[in-house]
Amino acid sequence: MSAIVTARNLSKRYKNTTALDGVNFQIQSGRIVGLIGPNGAGKTTALKAILGLTSFEGELNVLGFDPRTQRDKLMEQVCFIADVAVLPRWIRVREAIDFVAHVHPRFDRAKCEAFLKRTKLTPDQRVRQMSKGMIVQLHLALVMAIDARLLVLDEPTLGLDILYRKQFYQSLLEDYFDENKTIIVTTHQVEEIEHILTDLMFIRDGKIVLDTDMDAVGDRFAEVMVSADKASAARALQPIDERQVFGKSIFLFDGADRMTLEGLGEIRRPSVSDLFVATMKGTYA
Amino acid sequence: MNTLVGNNPLGRNMYWLVKREFWEHRGGFLWAPLITGAVFLVLNLMGIVTAEVVGARHGIHFGASGQMQHVISQMDAGDMSHVGMALDIAMYSSMALIFVVMGFVVFFYCLGAIYDERRDRSILFWKSLPLSDSQTVLSKVASATLVAPIIATLAGIAAGILQLLMVAVTLSFHGVNVWQLLLLAHPLRVMLNMIGHIPLYLLWALPSVGWLMVCSAWARTKPFLWAIALPVATGLLVTWFGIMGLFNLSAGWFWQNIVARALFSAFPGASLVAGDDLVHTGKDNLDFMNLSNTYHLLGSANLWIGVLVGAGLIAAAIWFRRWRDDA
Repeated sequence: MSAIVTARNLSKRYKNTTALDGVNFQIQSGRIVGLIGPNGAGKTTALKAILGLTSFEGELNVLGFDPRTQRDKLMEQVCFIADVAVLPRWIRVREAIDFVAHVHPRFDRAKCEAFLKRTKLTPDQRVRQMSKGMIVQLHLALVMAIDARLLVLDEPTLGLDILYRKQFYQSLLEDYFDENKTIIVTTHQVEEIEHILTDLMFIRDGKIVLDTDMDAVGDRFAEVMVSADKASAARALQPIDERQVFGKSIFLFDGADRMTLEGLGEIRRPSVSDLFVATMKGTYA
Repeated sequence: MNTLVGNNPLGRNMYWLVKREFWEHRGGFLWAPLITGAVFLVLNLMGIVTAEVVGARHGIHFGASGQMQHVISQMDAGDMSHVGMALDIAMYSSMALIFVVMGFVVFFYCLGAIYDERRDRSILFWKSLPLSDSQTVLSKVASATLVAPIIATLAGIAAGILQLLMVAVTLSFHGVNVWQLLLLAHPLRVMLNMIGHIPLYLLWALPSVGWLMVCSAWARTKPFLWAIALPVATGLLVTWFGIMGLFNLSAGWFWQNIVARALFSAFPGASLVAGDDLVHTGKDNLDFMNLSNTYHLLGSANLWIGVLVGAGLIAAAIWFRRWRDDA
């Protein structure tokens, strides 16, 4: 395994806020990494830095390039879909394909057209005549036809209905992703990508607060449903979160002993969203 | 086209970038000059028809019995050259309107070229492709200084020829020999002057194109206001405090060589007005439009300083497009 992205001491300051505060991380090839954090935590800034769209301090290596100075080279191997539809509104489907086909050396036109056949898009249609879901379909068709090594998705399904959202991730998994590709995705709809992620990164106030692969999540964190009589015993084990459901308490433990927990009640692997909520407690307070 | 762009990735990218600008601005680059030319010709046609009708109603049949032809045959060489000049003016005038329109198109194209893609955030899409900021901005400069004037010139030439034919055919109804008339005009010279002027236009327009594009790449909002307000405000300050006096220059010099150059150089023919020694060739004819005259501009410092400043401004626009981080 080789590192696709390596960040050392990555910092970015805007006028009065720190968007990234000395962040270190590595992203390996063949992974699907979820970068998850509350609004304003620095997700988009981190992605922008990786894509060479913003200046920053510290060291950042993406596929062997420095994104600050080699963005155009880097973009031969990196694709990017931003949060809301960013395709120019005047462009036609046919023009978009023509343009990308001629300026991108790794674009496979047949693949793009095959994907578009499965949609309702027509060659003469302009982006301004499309619904948001259709725009994302077009963008995805363009991106999936590019044999890139890193795909960056920044809230790609924001504002789409559930049919489009499901189809989006399904297409990515079935027709695009393989062991030579890497995907970094940020989203607030954590439940929808939970099952496709291989790695998880939580970011808060410009710092990475959790960086782990999904298998390790199950080993490290445990959710236990405890009846009222054992609740105080559970609390003694210092859970990171507690909530009540139907008169029972659900505790979330970080690195607690399995055997002890089994004595308290039924153990489950926590969902990413529960883990997220527990980790981010007090963010907006 | 494939042989021209070949497999050289830089040439290929440039070709497609310019094509993409054309797709986006087809209305301004192509339809505006065509429609302007068409409207001009239709208005002229209506004018001619009206004149004919009014003339017929009032019994003015000038030239109907070959008098007009008789008049021409009585002309000496000097009069003949005036008829030729009138026809050339007819041709130039049909182009003039097209070029005025093109000036506005280029002005607003440059102002929006980089600002619009930031405003609708499509810059994020363009930047996700393996194209450098230099290539992209230069393709926009090429669109403004080559694509727009070439199309406008071709449209102007077409309109000019139609206009010339229209005048000639009208006169022929009055007994004047069309071919003799056309031989008096210099359509080829007019065309050559127009086509030959394109490289001069490019060089002269650079400071304006550069300034407008810097505003387009830099302004967070309202690039139009910034582009106008900054030079005009500076001009007013300079005038008020008589700063130019320090350099033994008048405030008028500043307005003419800084403010006007920044804002109006992208209007075709601006160089003819600015280099005022060029307009007065001393002769009462159209020779000042000839390339042998207009190309004297290549010897002026005004042109080349403008080119240098323009190149600097374009470099600044590239830098801003690279680092402006507000999409």
